[in-house]
Amino acid sequence: MAIRDTLKKLTEAYGPSGEEENVRSMIRDMLNDQVDQIFEDNLGNLFAIRKGQKLKVMVSAHMDEIGVIVTHIDENGFLRIAPVGGISPRLLIGQRLRFNNELIGTVYHEKLKELKELDWPKIYLDIGADDLETAKKLVKIGDLACLDQPFKEQREGRYLAKAMDDRAGCAILVEVINRLPAELPHEVCFVFSVQEELGLRGAKTAAYRYEPDFGLAVDVTTVGDTPKAATMEVSLGKGPAIKVKDNSVLCHPLIRRFMVDVAEKNKIPFQYEVLTRGGTDAGAIHLSREGVPSGALSIPCRYVHTASEIVDKSDLDYAVLLLEKMLLSSWPQMEEINLR
Amino acid sequence: MNKENLIDILLELSSVAGVSGNETAALEAVRSYFDLYTDEVKLDRFGNLIALKKGEASAAEKITVALVAHVDEIGAMVTKIEPAGFLRFTPLGGLDPRVLPGQRVVVHGKKAIEGVIGATAPHHLSMQDREKSIPVEKLFIDTGYDADTLKTITGVGDTISFGQKPILLKNRKMITGKALDNRAGIAALIFCAAELAGLRHQADICFIASLQEEVGLRGAVTAAYGLKPNLAVAVDVTHGDTPGTDDKKTYKLGAGPALGVGPNFHPSLSFAMQQIAQEFNLSYQVEPIPAHSGTDAWAFQVSREGIPTALLSIPLRYMHTTVEMLCLEDLVTGSRLLARLAAKVTNSYLEELKKC
Amino acid sequence: MLAELCDLRGVSGNEENVRKYLLEKLVGTAVETRVDTMGNLLVSKGKSKNGTIMLSAHMDEVGLMIMAVEKNGFLKFSPVGGIDGRILPGKRVRIGTAGIDGVIGVKPVHLQKKDEQKKPFDEESLCIDAGFKNSDEAKQYISVGDYAAFDSFCTEIGDGYYRGKAFDDRTGCLILLRLLMENNGLAFNAAFTVQEEVGTRGAAVAAYTIEPNVALVVEATAASDTPETDEEAAGTNLGKGPAISIMDRTIMVSRKLREELAEVAEKASLPYQYRHFTGAGTEGGVIASSRGGVDTAILAVPCRYIHSPYSVMKESDLNATLGLVRAWLEQRQ
Repeated sequence: MAIRDTLKKLTEAYGPSGEEENVRSMIRDMLNDQVDQIFEDNLGNLFAIRKGQKLKVMVSAHMDEIGVIVTHIDENGFLRIAPVGGISPRLLIGQRLRFNNELIGTVYHEKLKELKELDWPKIYLDIGADDLETAKKLVKIGDLACLDQPFKEQREGRYLAKAMDDRAGCAILVEVINRLPAELPHEVCFVFSVQEELGLRGAKTAAYRYEPDFGLAVDVTTVGDTPKAATMEVSLGKGPAIKVKDNSVLCHPLIRRFMVDVAEKNKIPFQYEVLTRGGTDAGAIHLSREGVPSGALSIPCRYVHTASEIVDKSDLDYAVLLLEKMLLSSWPQMEEINLR
Repeated sequence: MNKENLIDILLELSSVAGVSGNETAALEAVRSYFDLYTDEVKLDRFGNLIALKKGEASAAEKITVALVAHVDEIGAMVTKIEPAGFLRFTPLGGLDPRVLPGQRVVVHGKKAIEGVIGATAPHHLSMQDREKSIPVEKLFIDTGYDADTLKTITGVGDTISFGQKPILLKNRKMITGKALDNRAGIAALIFCAAELAGLRHQADICFIASLQEEVGLRGAVTAAYGLKPNLAVAVDVTHGDTPGTDDKKTYKLGAGPALGVGPNFHPSLSFAMQQIAQEFNLSYQVEPIPAHSGTDAWAFQVSREGIPTALLSIPLRYMHTTVEMLCLEDLVTGSRLLARLAAKVTNSYLEELKKC
Repeated sequence: MLAELCDLRGVSGNEENVRKYLLEKLVGTAVETRVDTMGNLLVSKGKSKNGTIMLSAHMDEVGLMIMAVEKNGFLKFSPVGGIDGRILPGKRVRIGTAGIDGVIGVKPVHLQKKDEQKKPFDEESLCIDAGFKNSDEAKQYISVGDYAAFDSFCTEIGDGYYRGKAFDDRTGCLILLRLLMENNGLAFNAAFTVQEEVGTRGAAVAAYTIEPNVALVVEATAASDTPETDEEAAGTNLGKGPAISIMDRTIMVSRKLREELAEVAEKASLPYQYRHFTGAGTEGGVIASSRGGVDTAILAVPCRYIHSPYSVMKESDLNATLGLVRAWLEQRQ
């Protein structure tokens, strides 16, 4: 399957944090016989292992997306909702939300004096129910919903969709798994993690269980190439980003150097990412047990955490290539790590 | 080791750069001292430095005491090279943007280059703007290079440290400089290791210089898990008495180290440290901390099945600026207290501690 | 027993009174007890055939810590755990192991300037007055770092309601204690934890030690089924039975486990409600993320005016919660 089709399928799937089941089974189908071992853990992380010699590398991309959760149903059938992950109530007004049973609702707000008052308690979800009884047949307290927007190719090589964060990462992992040769220098565990948007929760337990020697997260990053954006030297279409820092991790210098070496050797364009907010799975992996030297490969993405996240195909292709080449290379030795 | 040695050590440690995530230079300086006073120095998987001073106990009776101080300091990281050659940056650790304009900095690129944090001249600002503090996003670093040359030396992701040299003040009792948070703690560990040469101790004493404390106690999380000590004391700084601050949250310089009490600490260990101080006539202050101590002690206490943990802090004025100030006597007293505690710990002492 | 438990002073980091009480009550029952480094009381009952079940309830309550003794004998304090500073003025507290009485006094209304009442008291300016004439006298009785707890007592009010402090989470402790003392043939591990209110510190360590396969946190949760709060913002309601959490700041409860609890309740004809609120934190988070991950749910007794000297809860909710935890354990054996 071309990466465009994988990405379309994955981004359109329903999978807010805590309910990643659809995405998980989709990925399982895509991998079928490509890995040596595949299993899930208590929290729902999907582990796909390619056996190899020597060291253990964990590569993680998260399956979950931001969404909302139903906290109350009133007598007229309107729902009250709370955020699941970092989602802004302002961006939800007029948006359609989709439940796992395909039910669609739209978000609006109570009468406001000023737009400033707009906050979670002031907004509601209209699911077309006229009363409590009807609404209760359609949804339950605790049901989740995700944004409802189709995948679009804006122009050739420019993709627009919800949940690029981090189905783009998932698609890259799937693509790489399908391209890897029979023999690998190291064992690789691909983890499709859960609940990243709620604080890297899946990656934490996954890393504890797998006990890797190295960690790598594949996730999206914000960019600085839009009008009056925050200062950041990452642009769309200039290659994948090698993360230096975000709020969850200072990437291990040796892993960073290793990534740069592989990119340069294979003439892969890349950018350095210094993200002043947000985190990624590497934040949890690198603090697991006695510490796991970790890095992160990021896909430049505009409008992260909205219904219309944009990525560029060339960034995806180069990310696939870089990850593939990394997994075919020798990772830094522990003695070098000690001399960092 | 005497106080003059300690002054030299602290001056050196304050001078070296060691911003969170790029602690190498600081670690090398620290290592050279631990090589002198301990049996074995190594780095763990995370990069924390662990210096072991072996105790007399037999292998069967082996116990480990961890004394931990973070070696990293606050600083910044390059986020962009502007076309005109100025560098934009983001803080590493908790910086007050109001102390930044006019600071000397060192950018750690392929080579270290000097620079200054610039700001628009007051002449060119409206009265309104002059009344506001300048946010970090609006500040920049001037290195005197043009953008093209800069790009060959430095780039996005390089760390930036402050260029302040420490000085010993006239009365020879006080030192001022950058990064005394927490090179003071590291100096205390070194002094303690030297003191222990003259004391007998059963326990293995592990001196840990932990990384990345200023960005979230990260080194301590992995060091505690990896080392699994039987007892831990974090050594850090606390707020010194400063005009304009709430005196219930500050401690007098020169009145001895502050010993933490509160939920973050094992109550009988906190108490034991106070008793040892009294026994050896070492002055101390009690620092009540109602919840998060903001130190490595927070990470150690809940590692694995829990570790009895305490906190010893050196009072420090103007924390997280480049003019931090401390009193040497507090450091000496703190180190001696640590040494006396370390020398006391045996298996039965540990059992006694846990009983109460 | 509820009154005895709730009247004990056990501010986070100083849970000894509660631990001692529980240990005494457990003497003679067929359980194994141990106290860990943090002060958690870990109790195991019976031999499990079906994996390790962990129940947790925290022993600590919110309170105050003495930060400084002023020259004039007044005591400066800081809150331990999340306290709304606006509830402090005009309250009585007891300080230290000896339980020295003190009050949080304020400037009388006669001496206030016009409009002063419109703003809450500045928390930093509040002091505890224990009647000491100067700092020397105060220091004979008080040490910096002493804990102070609300001075209030548990009593029945109205028709089937209780009023008192520390229902959060002595109700959970009571439920676990009852299940341990009963001759019910159930096998489980109970963790009476410390320091929940300062960051769920005890539970993190307890879960690591116990290594459970499944965990249930038994808590008290805020109910605002009171005037001035919209129905949809009440969170939980008194009288509707135990609240099953869907999500809070620390955890997303798995659908499987929360539906299992609802089914058990329905089978046992016990009332239950969902917690209509996704904020605030519980021990659920650190237990769920312990080691390789633990399926964890939270069941809570709804409780009004939580984190104040006097909370209000309903006896029927307490009983239904106990009943539901018991029924769930029975099903899980």
